Amino acid sequence: MFTHKLLLIGGLTLAGSIALAQSDSETRTSAALPDIIEETGERAPQPVPVSSSESNIRLAPEKNRFGIGRPASKEEVAAIDIDAMPDGSGFPEGSGTYAEGAEIYEYECSSCHGENLEGISELGAPKLIGGRDSLASDKPIKTIESYWPHSSTLFDYVHRAMPLHAPGSLTADEVYAVSAFILGRAGITSNEPDSVLDAETMPKVVMPNADGFVPDPRDGTPGK
Amino acid sequence: MTHDDRFPASRYGPAERHIAESLVELESQLLNPDQDEDCDCKEGMFNGLSRRGLLSGGLAMGGAAFVGSRAAAEVPPGAHDYFVQPDPTKEQGRIILEDGGYGSRSQFENEVRWRYPTASLDSSWSMTPLGSSHGIITPSGLHFERHHGGIPTIDPETHSLILHGMVHEPMRFTIDDLKRLPAVSRIHFIECSGNGLTEWVKPTLKTVQGTHGLTSTSEWTGVRLSTVLEMAGIKDNAAWILAEGADAAVMTRSVPIDKAMDDAILAYAQNGEALRPEQGYPLRLLLPGYEGNTHIKWLRRLEVSDKPFMTREETSKYTDLMPDGTARQFSMEMDTKSVITFPSGAMKLPRAGFYEITGLAWSGRGAIKRVEISVNGGKNWQEAKLEGPVLPKCHTRFRLPWTWTGEEAVIQSRAVDDTGSVQPTLQELVEVRGTKSVYHLNSIQSWHIAKDGEVTNVHA
Repeated sequence: MFTHKLLLIGGLTLAGSIALAQSDSETRTSAALPDIIEETGERAPQPVPVSSSESNIRLAPEKNRFGIGRPASKEEVAAIDIDAMPDGSGFPEGSGTYAEGAEIYEYECSSCHGENLEGISELGAPKLIGGRDSLASDKPIKTIESYWPHSSTLFDYVHRAMPLHAPGSLTADEVYAVSAFILGRAGITSNEPDSVLDAETMPKVVMPNADGFVPDPRDGTPGK
Repeated sequence: MTHDDRFPASRYGPAERHIAESLVELESQLLNPDQDEDCDCKEGMFNGLSRRGLLSGGLAMGGAAFVGSRAAAEVPPGAHDYFVQPDPTKEQGRIILEDGGYGSRSQFENEVRWRYPTASLDSSWSMTPLGSSHGIITPSGLHFERHHGGIPTIDPETHSLILHGMVHEPMRFTIDDLKRLPAVSRIHFIECSGNGLTEWVKPTLKTVQGTHGLTSTSEWTGVRLSTVLEMAGIKDNAAWILAEGADAAVMTRSVPIDKAMDDAILAYAQNGEALRPEQGYPLRLLLPGYEGNTHIKWLRRLEVSDKPFMTREETSKYTDLMPDGTARQFSMEMDTKSVITFPSGAMKLPRAGFYEITGLAWSGRGAIKRVEISVNGGKNWQEAKLEGPVLPKCHTRFRLPWTWTGEEAVIQSRAVDDTGSVQPTLQELVEVRGTKSVYHLNSIQSWHIAKDGEVTNVHA
């Protein structure tokens, strides 16, 4: 598992600079120049885009159907429908404990967010816990513990975009575990080693700043 | 070899350098097993990871990341180094299409975007050089950037947009599909809500690129979002729609369905050609007047719901902490704003005389109605000429002829939009919102002109 992750690290480090040599010859790496029309030597126009619709049955312009595009299959939706919402929808099956999360955190997270979840500002990696009740003070500290209103956001974000060196690589179990660890360290859930989070319990975790957000009152008039 | 030699600063931020140095360090430990006895594998970036894995990572990097930094360019980015003729009337110019058929700018033009020095190169932003801007359109290559996980390289033939959730029929569109649908072209600004974030407490950055360069205007072409939503058929209680990108951040924002049905565009083109990769190629969401981060780039998915999704960006990040400790959420519209782009910070007026004061005004709520200019720090105001086209949710160019007498002056602009919203002073904003939030600064900008012609950023 670690070897696999590290290959991803190498890939990440490369990503910003130079494209990897394409081992898959079927992968297109650029567009060819437009064809030349022999008779006149002109450049051929771009091909007319082809609709992915497989039939014209759906063709009904008067109903805005156009016969263009096609229904998405359940599998296609499921493959990228990764969001987890405050009402619990979208949380995948699985579970993880505080103790498992502590181990995952050390391997996957601590190099940027610090051994004690304190963040490393030189790396742009934020502090994850602490700062509770600081938001109204002169030195507000915005962390998952002090600021984030929904536990679902923690699952959703770690699952989709963390860790930096291998985004989206953690399994659902691993995300539950690391969430149990972070929320446990924040004193929001239990920090007993066998404290567990899953699809049922995680969305029910009430965050300290759950009531801290208000709708935007700005409407272009002064004093707002 | 020093770290600076190994990872030149121009290509590596602290985060990237940290990763790269850790890999090199651990690779060298692996290649020198004799020195390995005391190795503390818990040290450094990849504590606890197997050496074998690190070698793989290191080798994977070796092929490309260590090619080294490019030699300093001889001509500015985007230009070719052509022979400069002593007298171009006495010999033929260079032949046509020598540049391959895609034009380039003059080698004597050097405007470039400037990256704000964030810790990470993966999550950073670059700013438009407004100080030398002309008209209202930003060249695509100078449009500001804000990325949350780098710039992906995406082949449009492998990209699709999935629309699902509270719709009667989930749909999948290829880029070709979208190009076959009825299209619109609209000229709109995009402004990052963090534009001016350094300027709340005291004047900090020196140039208008630094203080205001997170706004740009393009002509965007694409399909109205309402067109595809009508094709899928949204259900009665639909209220929000999630937009999701195909970048490493899998960037997400929830958008009110009314906005989606109003003027939102699925844009595949910018300024007459395909989107630039850093602007979301092959497809981005355009939400005219909304804060920039909601215009999701590399758009891959739209999910209709009856509730907002409460993603990280709309809870922990792009929310505005007020003095009482509460935070404003879904603060989408960009307020009425303007700035004088010439003369502006760090310029120097060579001598007293005629100058045309010019700048840009914009509002996320409508069209600019009026721009007033003060040359005496706000004591008197006179109306600038608005140059057409004056479009809603779009940069508007204003101009005012001015003779600088050589005396000290503070020049300011103040915009009003057609909803009656007036650009406030910084003091008016801070009184209500405090300075805990860096977002949505739209106050009047002041430039001080000293007797020697030096122009500086001031709070007046």
